Amino acid sequence: MKMELIQPFISAADAVLAETLGCSTKIGDVNMEEQGYHRHGVAALVAIRGDIEGRVILDLESATAVKAASVLAGADVAESAEIVRETVCELANMVIGNAVTLLNDQGFHFKVAPPEVHASEDGLQGTRDTETLVMCFDTPHGSVFLNIAMRYNRRRSRERATLVTD
Amino acid sequence: MFDKEKVMEQFAPLTRKKDSKPVRYLVVDDSVFARKNLARMIEAFGGQLAGEAGDGCTAITEYNRTQPDIVLMDITMPQMEGIEAVERIVRQHPEARIVMVSSVGYQDNILAALQKGARHFVQKPVKPDVLYEIIRYVLNDDGVGVSVPAGEAHS
Repeated sequence: MKMELIQPFISAADAVLAETLGCSTKIGDVNMEEQGYHRHGVAALVAIRGDIEGRVILDLESATAVKAASVLAGADVAESAEIVRETVCELANMVIGNAVTLLNDQGFHFKVAPPEVHASEDGLQGTRDTETLVMCFDTPHGSVFLNIAMRYNRRRSRERATLVTD
Repeated sequence: MFDKEKVMEQFAPLTRKKDSKPVRYLVVDDSVFARKNLARMIEAFGGQLAGEAGDGCTAITEYNRTQPDIVLMDITMPQMEGIEAVERIVRQHPEARIVMVSSVGYQDNILAALQKGARHFVQKPVKPDVLYEIIRYVLNDDGVGVSVPAGEAHS
Protein backbone atom coordinates (compact mmCIF):
# COMPACT_ATOMS: atom_id res chain seq x y z
CA MET A 1 0.00 0.00 0.00
CA LYS A 2 1.42 3.36 -1.01
CA MET A 3 2.55 5.80 1.65
CA GLU A 4 0.37 8.52 0.09
CA LEU A 5 -2.66 6.52 1.25
CA ILE A 6 -1.31 5.66 4.69
CA GLN A 7 0.11 8.95 5.91
CA PRO A 8 -3.25 10.82 6.05
CA PHE A 9 -4.65 8.09 8.33
CA ILE A 10 -1.63 8.30 10.63
CA SER A 11 -1.86 12.09 10.82
CA ALA A 12 -5.64 12.06 11.33
CA ALA A 13 -5.60 9.35 14.01
CA ASP A 14 -2.79 11.06 15.87
CA ALA A 15 -4.56 14.45 15.81
CA VAL A 16 -8.07 13.20 16.60
CA LEU A 17 -7.03 10.86 19.44
CA ALA A 18 -4.83 13.56 20.99
CA GLU A 19 -7.60 16.18 20.74
CA THR A 20 -10.54 14.05 21.90
CA LEU A 21 -8.79 12.01 24.60
CA GLY A 22 -6.59 14.91 25.72
CA CYS A 23 -3.40 12.86 25.62
CA SER A 24 -0.31 12.22 23.55
CA THR A 25 -0.19 9.19 21.23
CA LYS A 26 2.68 7.15 19.86
CA ILE A 27 2.63 5.03 16.73
CA GLY A 28 3.37 1.42 17.67
CA ASP A 29 3.49 -1.58 15.35
CA VAL A 30 2.57 -1.27 11.68
CA ASN A 31 1.94 -4.61 9.95
CA MET A 32 0.63 -5.92 6.67
CA GLU A 33 -2.15 -8.34 7.59
CA GLU A 34 -2.23 -11.35 5.34
CA GLN A 35 -4.65 -13.42 7.36
CA GLY A 36 -8.27 -12.46 8.00
CA TYR A 37 -8.96 -9.58 10.31
CA HIS A 38 -9.44 -10.41 14.00
CA ARG A 39 -11.20 -7.91 16.19
CA HIS A 40 -9.41 -6.81 19.39
CA GLY A 41 -12.34 -5.28 21.28
CA VAL A 42 -14.94 -2.67 20.32
CA ALA A 43 -14.71 -1.85 16.62
CA ALA A 44 -16.37 0.43 14.07
CA LEU A 45 -16.19 0.01 10.30
CA VAL A 46 -16.38 2.77 7.71
CA ALA A 47 -16.78 1.97 3.99
CA ILE A 48 -15.17 4.21 1.37
CA ARG A 49 -16.22 4.44 -2.31
CA GLY A 50 -14.68 6.46 -5.13
CA ASP A 51 -11.15 6.92 -6.51
CA ILE A 52 -10.03 4.71 -3.64
CA GLU A 53 -12.28 1.93 -2.40
CA GLY A 54 -12.27 -0.23 0.67
CA ARG A 55 -12.92 -0.06 4.35
CA VAL A 56 -11.27 1.16 7.53
CA ILE A 57 -11.86 -0.31 10.98
CA LEU A 58 -11.08 1.52 14.19
CA ASP A 59 -10.67 -1.08 16.91
CA LEU A 60 -10.11 -0.43 20.63
CA GLU A 61 -9.39 -3.09 23.21
CA SER A 62 -12.45 -3.33 25.46
CA ALA A 63 -10.80 -1.72 28.49
CA THR A 64 -9.41 1.07 26.29
CA ALA A 65 -12.84 1.69 24.76
CA VAL A 66 -14.42 1.97 28.22
CA LYS A 67 -11.71 4.40 29.35
CA ALA A 68 -12.09 6.49 26.18
CA ALA A 69 -15.88 6.60 26.59
CA SER A 70 -15.51 7.57 30.24
CA VAL A 71 -13.09 10.37 29.37
CA LEU A 72 -15.40 11.71 26.67
CA ALA A 73 -18.59 11.31 28.73
CA GLY A 74 -16.96 12.92 31.75
CA ALA A 75 -18.17 10.05 33.97
CA ASP A 76 -17.52 6.33 34.43
CA VAL A 77 -19.41 4.12 31.99
CA ALA A 78 -20.02 0.36 32.03
CA GLU A 79 -18.29 -1.92 29.53
CA SER A 80 -21.61 -3.12 28.18
CA ALA A 81 -23.03 0.38 27.74
CA GLU A 82 -24.20 1.57 24.33
CA ILE A 83 -22.20 4.75 24.84
CA VAL A 84 -18.97 2.72 24.52
CA ARG A 85 -19.95 1.56 21.02
CA GLU A 86 -21.20 5.06 20.19
CA THR A 87 -17.88 6.54 21.28
CA VAL A 88 -15.88 4.15 19.08
CA CYS A 89 -18.16 4.87 16.10
CA GLU A 90 -17.75 8.62 16.53
CA LEU A 91 -13.98 8.30 16.97
CA ALA A 92 -13.89 6.25 13.74
CA ASN A 93 -16.03 8.87 12.01
CA MET A 94 -13.66 11.65 13.06
CA VAL A 95 -10.41 9.80 12.27
CA ILE A 96 -11.57 8.60 8.86
CA GLY A 97 -13.33 11.85 8.02
CA ASN A 98 -10.19 13.83 8.75
CA ALA A 99 -8.06 11.35 6.78
CA VAL A 100 -10.26 11.48 3.68
CA THR A 101 -10.21 15.27 3.92
CA LEU A 102 -6.42 15.13 3.64
CA LEU A 103 -6.64 12.62 0.76
CA ASN A 104 -9.14 14.86 -0.99
CA ASP A 105 -6.60 17.68 -0.80
CA GLN A 106 -4.29 15.34 -2.78
CA GLY A 107 -6.89 15.03 -5.53
CA PHE A 108 -8.70 11.80 -4.57
CA HIS A 109 -12.47 11.98 -4.50
CA PHE A 110 -14.75 9.60 -2.67
CA LYS A 111 -17.79 9.12 -0.52
CA VAL A 112 -17.72 7.94 3.07
CA ALA A 113 -20.52 5.88 4.61
CA PRO A 114 -21.66 6.41 8.21
CA PRO A 115 -19.75 4.18 10.67
CA GLU A 116 -21.21 0.83 11.67
CA VAL A 117 -20.41 -1.22 14.76
CA HIS A 118 -18.32 -4.19 13.64
CA ALA A 119 -19.36 -7.05 15.88
CA SER A 120 -18.01 -10.04 14.00
CA GLU A 121 -14.85 -11.59 15.45
CA ASP A 122 -13.27 -11.92 12.01
CA GLY A 123 -14.34 -12.64 8.47
CA LEU A 124 -12.98 -9.59 6.67
CA GLN A 125 -10.22 -11.04 4.58
CA GLY A 126 -8.32 -8.94 2.06
CA THR A 127 -8.63 -9.71 -1.65
CA ARG A 128 -5.85 -10.22 -4.17
CA ASP A 129 -5.80 -6.56 -5.15
CA THR A 130 -6.57 -5.15 -1.69
CA GLU A 131 -3.74 -4.95 0.80
CA THR A 132 -4.57 -4.72 4.48
CA LEU A 133 -2.48 -2.68 6.87
CA VAL A 134 -2.85 -2.62 10.65
CA MET A 135 -1.50 0.31 12.65
CA CYS A 136 -1.34 0.46 16.41
CA PHE A 137 -1.46 3.74 18.32
CA ASP A 138 -0.34 3.64 21.93
CA THR A 139 -2.22 6.00 24.25
CA PRO A 140 -2.17 6.34 28.06
CA HIS A 141 -5.60 4.65 28.00
CA GLY A 142 -4.39 1.63 26.00
CA SER A 143 -3.93 0.58 22.38
CA VAL A 144 -6.00 1.76 19.43
CA PHE A 145 -5.83 -0.23 16.17
CA LEU A 146 -6.54 1.08 12.72
CA ASN A 147 -7.12 -1.61 10.09
CA ILE A 148 -7.03 -0.26 6.54
CA ALA A 149 -7.97 -2.32 3.47
CA MET A 150 -8.08 -0.18 0.33
CA ARG A 151 -7.32 -0.28 -3.35
CA TYR A 152 -7.25 2.21 -6.20
CA ASN A 153 -10.40 2.11 -8.28
CA ARG A 154 -8.99 1.18 -11.69
CA ARG A 155 -12.00 2.37 -13.66
CA ARG A 156 -11.89 5.76 -11.95
CA SER A 157 -8.11 5.92 -12.42
CA ARG A 158 -8.52 5.28 -16.16
CA GLU A 159 -11.19 7.99 -16.37
CA ARG A 160 -8.92 10.44 -14.56
CA ALA A 161 -6.01 9.58 -16.87
CA THR A 162 -8.23 10.06 -19.93
CA LEU A 163 -9.33 13.46 -18.70
CA VAL A 164 -5.71 14.50 -18.16
CA THR A 165 -4.56 13.36 -21.64
CA ASP A 166 -7.58 14.96 -23.32
CA MET B 1 -11.15 16.79 25.28
CA PHE B 2 -14.39 18.61 26.14
CA ASP B 3 -14.36 19.80 29.73
CA LYS B 4 -17.66 21.41 30.64
CA GLU B 5 -16.39 23.07 33.82
CA LYS B 6 -13.49 24.61 31.93
CA VAL B 7 -15.81 25.79 29.17
CA MET B 8 -18.21 27.39 31.67
CA GLU B 9 -15.30 29.41 33.01
CA GLN B 10 -14.19 30.43 29.54
CA PHE B 11 -17.43 31.48 27.86
CA ALA B 12 -19.96 34.11 28.74
CA PRO B 13 -23.56 33.00 28.01
CA LEU B 14 -24.95 33.97 24.59
CA THR B 15 -28.49 35.32 24.60
CA ARG B 16 -30.75 36.71 21.86
CA LYS B 17 -30.64 40.50 21.55
CA LYS B 18 -34.35 40.80 20.79
CA ASP B 19 -35.60 39.29 24.07
CA SER B 20 -32.49 38.33 26.10
CA LYS B 21 -33.64 34.69 26.05
CA PRO B 22 -31.20 31.80 25.50
CA VAL B 23 -30.31 30.98 21.90
CA ARG B 24 -32.34 27.92 20.76
CA TYR B 25 -30.48 25.15 18.89
CA LEU B 26 -31.45 22.19 16.75
CA VAL B 27 -28.73 19.51 16.72
CA VAL B 28 -28.67 17.05 13.80
CA ASP B 29 -26.27 14.09 13.85
CA ASP B 30 -26.76 10.34 13.44
CA SER B 31 -24.41 9.75 16.36
CA VAL B 32 -26.11 9.99 19.77
CA PHE B 33 -22.68 10.50 21.25
CA ALA B 34 -21.98 13.50 18.97
CA ARG B 35 -25.40 15.01 19.76
CA LYS B 36 -24.75 14.71 23.50
CA ASN B 37 -21.35 16.29 23.10
CA LEU B 38 -22.78 19.24 21.18
CA ALA B 39 -25.66 19.54 23.67
CA ARG B 40 -23.16 19.86 26.50
CA MET B 41 -21.35 22.64 24.65
CA ILE B 42 -24.67 24.41 23.97
CA GLU B 43 -25.53 24.24 27.66
CA ALA B 44 -22.10 25.60 28.49
CA PHE B 45 -22.68 28.50 26.08
CA GLY B 46 -25.93 29.33 27.93
CA GLY B 47 -28.09 28.02 25.07
CA GLN B 48 -31.22 25.86 24.98
CA LEU B 49 -31.58 22.60 23.07
CA ALA B 50 -34.80 23.04 21.09
CA GLY B 51 -34.63 19.67 19.37
CA GLU B 52 -32.51 16.80 18.05
CA ALA B 53 -32.56 14.72 14.89
CA GLY B 54 -30.60 11.70 13.67
CA ASP B 55 -31.10 12.17 9.92
CA GLY B 56 -31.98 14.80 7.34
CA CYS B 57 -35.69 13.93 7.09
CA THR B 58 -36.22 14.25 10.83
CA ALA B 59 -34.20 17.47 10.80
CA ILE B 60 -36.73 19.09 8.42
CA THR B 61 -39.65 18.00 10.61
CA GLU B 62 -37.90 19.18 13.76
CA TYR B 63 -36.99 22.52 12.18
CA ASN B 64 -40.62 23.16 11.29
CA ARG B 65 -41.74 22.12 14.77
CA THR B 66 -39.14 23.98 16.86
CA GLN B 67 -38.18 27.00 14.67
CA PRO B 68 -34.71 27.20 16.23
CA ASP B 69 -32.36 30.19 16.11
CA ILE B 70 -29.56 28.03 14.75
CA VAL B 71 -29.01 24.48 13.47
CA LEU B 72 -25.84 22.41 13.93
CA MET B 73 -25.97 19.88 11.07
CA ASP B 74 -23.83 16.82 10.36
CA ILE B 75 -23.22 15.88 6.71
CA THR B 76 -22.83 12.09 6.51
CA MET B 77 -26.09 10.58 7.77
CA PRO B 78 -28.38 7.72 6.77
CA GLN B 79 -31.61 8.26 4.77
CA MET B 80 -31.01 11.90 3.92
CA GLU B 81 -27.62 13.58 4.17
CA GLY B 82 -27.05 16.97 5.76
CA ILE B 83 -26.47 18.94 2.57
CA GLU B 84 -29.82 17.88 1.07
CA ALA B 85 -31.54 18.70 4.36
CA VAL B 86 -29.96 22.17 4.29
CA GLU B 87 -31.28 22.75 0.77
CA ARG B 88 -34.82 21.73 1.75
CA ILE B 89 -34.87 23.72 4.99
CA VAL B 90 -33.47 26.88 3.35
CA ARG B 91 -35.96 26.55 0.45
CA GLN B 92 -38.80 26.68 3.00
CA HIS B 93 -37.09 29.04 5.44
CA PRO B 94 -34.59 31.36 3.69
CA GLU B 95 -33.78 32.94 7.04
CA ALA B 96 -32.55 29.60 8.49
CA ARG B 97 -29.11 29.75 10.06
CA ILE B 98 -27.34 26.42 9.64
CA VAL B 99 -23.78 25.53 10.60
CA MET B 100 -22.37 22.30 9.16
CA VAL B 101 -20.51 20.14 11.71
CA SER B 102 -18.67 17.27 10.04
CA SER B 103 -15.48 15.26 10.24
CA VAL B 104 -15.28 15.33 6.43
CA GLY B 105 -14.02 18.83 5.77
CA TYR B 106 -12.87 18.86 2.18
CA GLN B 107 -13.53 21.79 -0.05
CA ASP B 108 -16.17 20.16 -2.28
CA ASN B 109 -18.30 19.35 0.75
CA ILE B 110 -17.95 22.80 2.26
CA LEU B 111 -18.72 24.53 -1.04
CA ALA B 112 -21.75 22.33 -1.68
CA ALA B 113 -23.13 23.07 1.79
CA LEU B 114 -22.55 26.82 1.44
CA GLN B 115 -24.13 26.84 -2.03
CA LYS B 116 -27.24 25.16 -0.61
CA GLY B 117 -27.55 27.81 2.08
CA ALA B 118 -25.42 26.78 5.07
CA ARG B 119 -23.83 29.76 6.81
CA HIS B 120 -20.62 28.20 8.10
CA PHE B 121 -18.67 24.99 8.58
CA VAL B 122 -16.80 23.49 11.54
CA GLN B 123 -14.77 20.30 11.38
CA LYS B 124 -14.92 17.54 14.00
CA PRO B 125 -13.52 17.07 16.54
CA VAL B 126 -15.25 20.30 17.51
CA LYS B 127 -13.25 22.71 19.62
CA PRO B 128 -15.68 24.58 21.92
CA ASP B 129 -13.94 27.95 21.44
CA VAL B 130 -14.16 27.61 17.65
CA LEU B 131 -17.86 26.70 17.76
CA TYR B 132 -18.60 29.56 20.17
CA GLU B 133 -17.03 32.13 17.85
CA ILE B 134 -18.80 30.70 14.80
CA ILE B 135 -22.19 30.84 16.55
CA ARG B 136 -21.58 34.45 17.56
CA TYR B 137 -20.57 35.31 14.01
CA VAL B 138 -23.49 33.55 12.34
CA LEU B 139 -26.12 34.96 14.68
CA ASN B 140 -24.78 38.51 14.44
CA ASP B 141 -24.37 38.29 10.70
CA ASP B 142 -28.01 38.93 9.83
CA GLY B 143 -29.08 41.20 12.64
CA VAL B 144 -30.65 38.59 14.94
CA GLY B 145 -27.72 39.13 17.21
CA VAL B 146 -26.52 37.70 20.47
CA SER B 147 -25.67 39.54 23.65
CA VAL B 148 -22.72 38.87 25.86
CA PRO B 149 -22.93 40.41 29.36
CA ALA B 150 -20.60 43.39 29.75
CA GLY B 151 -17.11 42.43 30.84
CA GLU B 152 -17.72 38.75 30.08
CA ALA B 153 -16.45 38.53 26.54
CA HIS B 154 -14.76 35.30 25.51
CA SER B 155 -11.26 35.27 26.94
